Amino acid sequence: MSVRSTITSQFQQVAVEQERTLAPLADELKLVQSGLDSLSFAIIVARLEDALGIDPFNAAEAVDFPVTFGDFVRLYENFGK
Amino acid sequence: MASDGPSLWESINLRGAPAGRLQGPGAAVALADLARGSALQGRLEELRDRSVLLAVREQLTAALALIELDGVARRMVLCTPDLATQHLPGVIRDAQVDASVCDADSVPEAQVGVAVGAQPRLAPAATPRRNSVRTEWILLTSGTTGAPKLVQHSLTSLTAVLATEPAPSAALTWSTFYDIRRYGGLQIFLRALHAGSLVLSAREEEVGDFLARAGQAGITHISGTPSHWRKALMSGVTARIDPQYVRLSGEIPDQAVLDGLHAAYPQAILAHAFASTEAGVAFEVRDRRAGFPQGLLAAPHAQVELRIQDETLQIRSPGTATRYLGEGAPVLKGADGFVDTGDRVEVREGRCYFMGRRGGVINVGGLKVHPEEVEAVINAHPAVRMSLVKARRNPITGAVVTAEVVLKDPAAAPDGATVVREVTEACKRLLAAHKVPAMIRVVPSLEVSASGKLVRPNA
Repeated sequence: MSVRSTITSQFQQVAVEQERTLAPLADELKLVQSGLDSLSFAIIVARLEDALGIDPFNAAEAVDFPVTFGDFVRLYENFGK
Repeated sequence: MASDGPSLWESINLRGAPAGRLQGPGAAVALADLARGSALQGRLEELRDRSVLLAVREQLTAALALIELDGVARRMVLCTPDLATQHLPGVIRDAQVDASVCDADSVPEAQVGVAVGAQPRLAPAATPRRNSVRTEWILLTSGTTGAPKLVQHSLTSLTAVLATEPAPSAALTWSTFYDIRRYGGLQIFLRALHAGSLVLSAREEEVGDFLARAGQAGITHISGTPSHWRKALMSGVTARIDPQYVRLSGEIPDQAVLDGLHAAYPQAILAHAFASTEAGVAFEVRDRRAGFPQGLLAAPHAQVELRIQDETLQIRSPGTATRYLGEGAPVLKGADGFVDTGDRVEVREGRCYFMGRRGGVINVGGLKVHPEEVEAVINAHPAVRMSLVKARRNPITGAVVTAEVVLKDPAAAPDGATVVREVTEACKRLLAAHKVPAMIRVVPSLEVSASGKLVRPNA
C-alpha cells in the first residue's frame, strides 16, 4: 500500500472511531476543515508511526507543520529523502 | 483568616484605576467599571465569609466573580468547565461549601447554600467593596480515581512570581488558550489584570476564530500549551496575531513546536514555562531550546528553588500551594517545603530534559490522565484479567493513551478483537475522549513486582 493510501485509510478509520464527519480528502483540504480534532490527529500520527515506521514530526531538522492534507501526505512521502 | 494584604481588586488599583478590559467572545467589561458594578446581582455581601462554589460556564462571568469575591469570600472553589456533575458532591463536602455562584441554568447539584446568579455583565453594586478576609483560592486538579483533588492557594502564592517582576512600562493585552480556572490560565488572568487587558478564549470556539478575535484586539502577549500551539500551526492561522511574547506551558515543549513558533513569530520572545497547580511557577526559559539550563538547579538563594531527587523535579517557592483539602487528603509538600512534581528529569550536557511522569501519569494535550482510572474501566470487562495503561509520546498532543490487556482465557478469544472492541466502547462510554486508549494490544502477560504490583514504565 502506498504512503498516501495508508494515510487516507487512517484518516477514514480514525474519523469513524472518533465519530467525526470527515471532509472529502483532497490535497487542498485544510486540516482544520477536515472534521478531525487534535486528538484524532494525534491518534493518526501514532498509528502511522506503527504502519510506516516513521514519525516525521520528530525529525532532526525543523518541521514545517502541515496545513493542508497535501502538506500532510508530502511530509510523510518526503521523510528521509 | 483575617485580611493581611490587599485584595485582588485593591491590588489592581494600587497604581490608579485600571485602564484595561476583560474581553469574552460575546461581551467585554472595562475593569474600572467594577468599582461601582457587580456581576453578582448586587448580592456580594451575602457571600461574605462563606465558602463559595464558583460554577459558571463563561470565563468572563468567572473572571468578574473572582475579582469581586477575593477579600470577601472565605474560600472560592474554581470549578473547571468540564467538571462532571457526579464529582460535585465530593467537592462541596471537602471544601465545606455553603454558598454558590452559578448561571441561571446551572445544574441543581451546583446550586448550594446561598445561591447567587451571575452574569457576564455589570449591574450597579449595592454597597462599596470592602476587604475583610484573606480568601482561599481552591483549584481543582485531576486525581487517580477520576475525582478531582482540591488544591489550596492564596492570592499571595498565586502572584508570588509575578510580584518579583518589574511592572510593564506600557499597557499589555494578554490572551490565553487556557481556561482561567486552570492554573496556567489563572496565572495569565492575574498577570493581565495587573498589566492591562485580557482576551478570554471560549470552549467551543475554533482556533482560527479565537486568534482572529485576539488579533483584532491587538494582543501583545499570549500563552497556550504546546498542543494548543501545534493546533494553531496546523490550522495555518498563526498570522492572525502579531504578538511580542509567546508563552508555552502546561506540557513539555519539543524542539519542533519551538522552531515552528519561532518561524511564525520571528520577532517575538518565545518563552516556555514550567508550572504545576501544586508547585506553582518554577521557571521560564527564553532560549528557544527544549529543556532548561542545569544552572537553575544550583541557585540556593533564588526565590524558586529546584532540585532533582529520585530522578524527579522538586520545587520550593512562595508560589507553591498550601495543601490539599479534604479528609484523608495526601500530603502536598514535604517537611522541608519541597513539592515533588512527579516529572522525571535527566541532565545531559548542562541541560535538563523532561523524561515523562513518574507513576505513569499521562499528559494528553495538557490534560492529565491517571492510568489507574482507565485500567479500572478496562478491568471491569468480564474477559479481562488485568491491564496496563501507559503513555505513548506523540508530536501532536505530547502523549496519547495506550493499553495492554491480558485476557482471562486467551484460548477462548484467539485474536482478542471482540474484547478490544468492547473495551474501547466501554472506555468511550465512561471516560472523557482524551482518556480513551488510542491503541489496545492483547498481550500474554504483564510484569508484576515482588510486592504484587503492576510494574509501571516511567514514561
